[in-house]
Amino acid sequence: MYKYDNYDQTIVDERVAQFRDQTARFLAGQLSEEEFRPLRLMNGLYIQRYAPMLRVAIPYGLLSSQQLRMLAHISRKYDKHYAHFSTRQNVQFNWPALETVPDILADLARVEMHAIQTSGNDIRNTTSDQFAGIAVDELEDPRPYCEIIRQWSTFHPEFSFLPRKFKIAVTGAVHDRAAVKVHDIGLFLVKNDAGEIGFNVVVGGGLGRTPFIGPSIRPFLEKQHLLSYLEAILRVYNRFGRRDNIYRARIKILVNDLGKEEFTRQVEAEWNHIKDSVLKLDQQEIERMKSFFTAPDYDQNAAEDNSFEAAEKSNKAFATWVKRNLFVHKIAGYKAVIISLKAPGIAPGDATDEQMDHIADLADHYSYGEIVVTHDQNLVLPNVKQADLFDLWQKLSAKHLATANIGLLTDMICCPGLDFCSLANAGSIPIANQINEKFDDIDYLHDIGDIKIKMSGCMNACGHHHVGHIGILGVSKKGEEFYQLTLGGSSENDACLGERLGPAVAKKEVANVIARLLDVYVEQRQEEERFLDTFRRIGIKPFKDRVYPKQPVKEEACANH
Amino acid sequence: MRIIKDKKIIDDDWSLVRDIDSSAPLPDGNVILPFMYWQENRDALLKQNATHAVWIDGDIETEKLVSYLEYYALIALDFPVFKDGRSYTHARLLRERYGFKGDLRAIGEVLRDQLFFLQRCGIDSYQLREDKDAEDALKGFEDFTVCYQAAADDVVPVYKSRR
Ligand code: SF4
Repeated sequence: MYKYDNYDQTIVDERVAQFRDQTARFLAGQLSEEEFRPLRLMNGLYIQRYAPMLRVAIPYGLLSSQQLRMLAHISRKYDKHYAHFSTRQNVQFNWPALETVPDILADLARVEMHAIQTSGNDIRNTTSDQFAGIAVDELEDPRPYCEIIRQWSTFHPEFSFLPRKFKIAVTGAVHDRAAVKVHDIGLFLVKNDAGEIGFNVVVGGGLGRTPFIGPSIRPFLEKQHLLSYLEAILRVYNRFGRRDNIYRARIKILVNDLGKEEFTRQVEAEWNHIKDSVLKLDQQEIERMKSFFTAPDYDQNAAEDNSFEAAEKSNKAFATWVKRNLFVHKIAGYKAVIISLKAPGIAPGDATDEQMDHIADLADHYSYGEIVVTHDQNLVLPNVKQADLFDLWQKLSAKHLATANIGLLTDMICCPGLDFCSLANAGSIPIANQINEKFDDIDYLHDIGDIKIKMSGCMNACGHHHVGHIGILGVSKKGEEFYQLTLGGSSENDACLGERLGPAVAKKEVANVIARLLDVYVEQRQEEERFLDTFRRIGIKPFKDRVYPKQPVKEEACANH
Repeated sequence: MRIIKDKKIIDDDWSLVRDIDSSAPLPDGNVILPFMYWQENRDALLKQNATHAVWIDGDIETEKLVSYLEYYALIALDFPVFKDGRSYTHARLLRERYGFKGDLRAIGEVLRDQLFFLQRCGIDSYQLREDKDAEDALKGFEDFTVCYQAAADDVVPVYKSRR
């Protein structure tokens, strides 16, 4: 993984000093609440419902064991012994005291971490494929480019006060696991006809109130032009993005208002001015970045082990976990292990200090000391030998980290909602609990198979509900919590936005409604169809009819798609 | 007026005319005029004054100024609110693309914690918001000693120094 040199370390250390001083000025009354706000936001510090919330950047989701131990330490020393992993591969602390934040940042800086630009109207942490570097379907490892983007965007003097937040995602795989098309900029590493690798540049995707799947504005961009092209897009956005209405301020609105052709024309015109400037990357720098992300020294005989298969045959619980929680590795005899942070009764994405320390130890022992945070709020040990899987599984089980539910109904994505977030209309964690209670039959869950439930507590869509196979959006009706369901969304290569099921349902009904949707699926599915496939084949009507049986003809007349 | 220029506190004699009051004469001496007004009255102003300065906000595209740059000793860029970041781009374009050599001044809600970014975009003088202490603000220039990326200052991207 990337290793800081003196330059990087100086920047984060100076950032700590700067924020310490800003906090002191605020506490001394020299900075008003209003003046301090953008400064703390640029450092990931929100004032939430009960306490500040501090969001820490995990660049493209990659953590070392030492860094994870530091997160455990911080949760112990400054918080309530747990941390929350978010859908943007970051980590959040929900209870730190404002005065201690500079100390937390100093602790983070000691392990090459920071909270820079994890909030505010600036360029946020670049996200990527959680299986980067090990996936079979990968054309090229995206992480060197993520790091190049991280450095370029960190304290970018021109783009620190954008109309709105700005998120970039990069993937090098055929299968999009990073929801690339719903980002402000999405970059796909692709090969052109000449066999060279470059980027397909997608701009203006996003969720929130006005969800869009981003269009491609340049199907092939040479790598050397990566930064100049990004700078051109950001410059057009900084100049012309709307600033009069917070809900119309994301780049997706600009792209949509101008139209893809005109927006592209403006970007290309700007780019022509700067493409041969100092922004042009040279091969030496690309190679230097790549050298940080080389493969570990794999055991070439790893596949010769027989113990794994034997354990799988003799232990049913292990076999179930193997079926759900492993991901294919490009090296024979290795697997990526997904550690579920979705045990029943736990808020999705939460891990205790003890669990984090434990996972860090396991990463050292079994996976070259690296851990990856997934978009689904789980953790991955990317490089585990199959011979070690049974031991690892036992050790994970000991700390409630071996829930065999990856990709299943209970592997939900869920924003903090009303329990922590001051913008929320409704709770999401209580709904997750309700679903966990209702669907506690493991065999049933495995029978239902792959399904993505995504939940947000308000239209800001932090839980990405639009792209859930089942999306759940919390709304408030006369002060009461209601939930709007959508069906058929996806954030992968076939990215599309979910279709509204019907009127919002009462809080206590959510799990029951999901049960009815699943009944329809079970009755109608063919062969290997997932929920999403069945939905796509039969459409929304059978689901509607089951959930709202008393609203017949009228609904059909408006289903004009 | 006390301003910061080249990281020092100085008095200078430019006065900023925010709005044109057609019933009153312009103040004497060096004035910074709204660009639209200056453009409309260009011929008269060119006859009358030796030095010229205008101010623009984020709504006025820098391209509109390009053909007049030789007349201006100073261009002021307005920050109506802290979070309006358009003038950062304006500053870079004026300096880097259009080669403006005169004084580029930040006006409006200009506070200590922007100064580091502003200077990197090519701004060299600052009229702080009235209630702010200029001595204190000077510290803002010292926030960082290393920058990752190039801008309108003479910083070389870090990676080029890494060799
Ligand atoms: S979706 Fe709404 S409620 Fe949930 S975390 Fe985001 S802003 Fe808060």
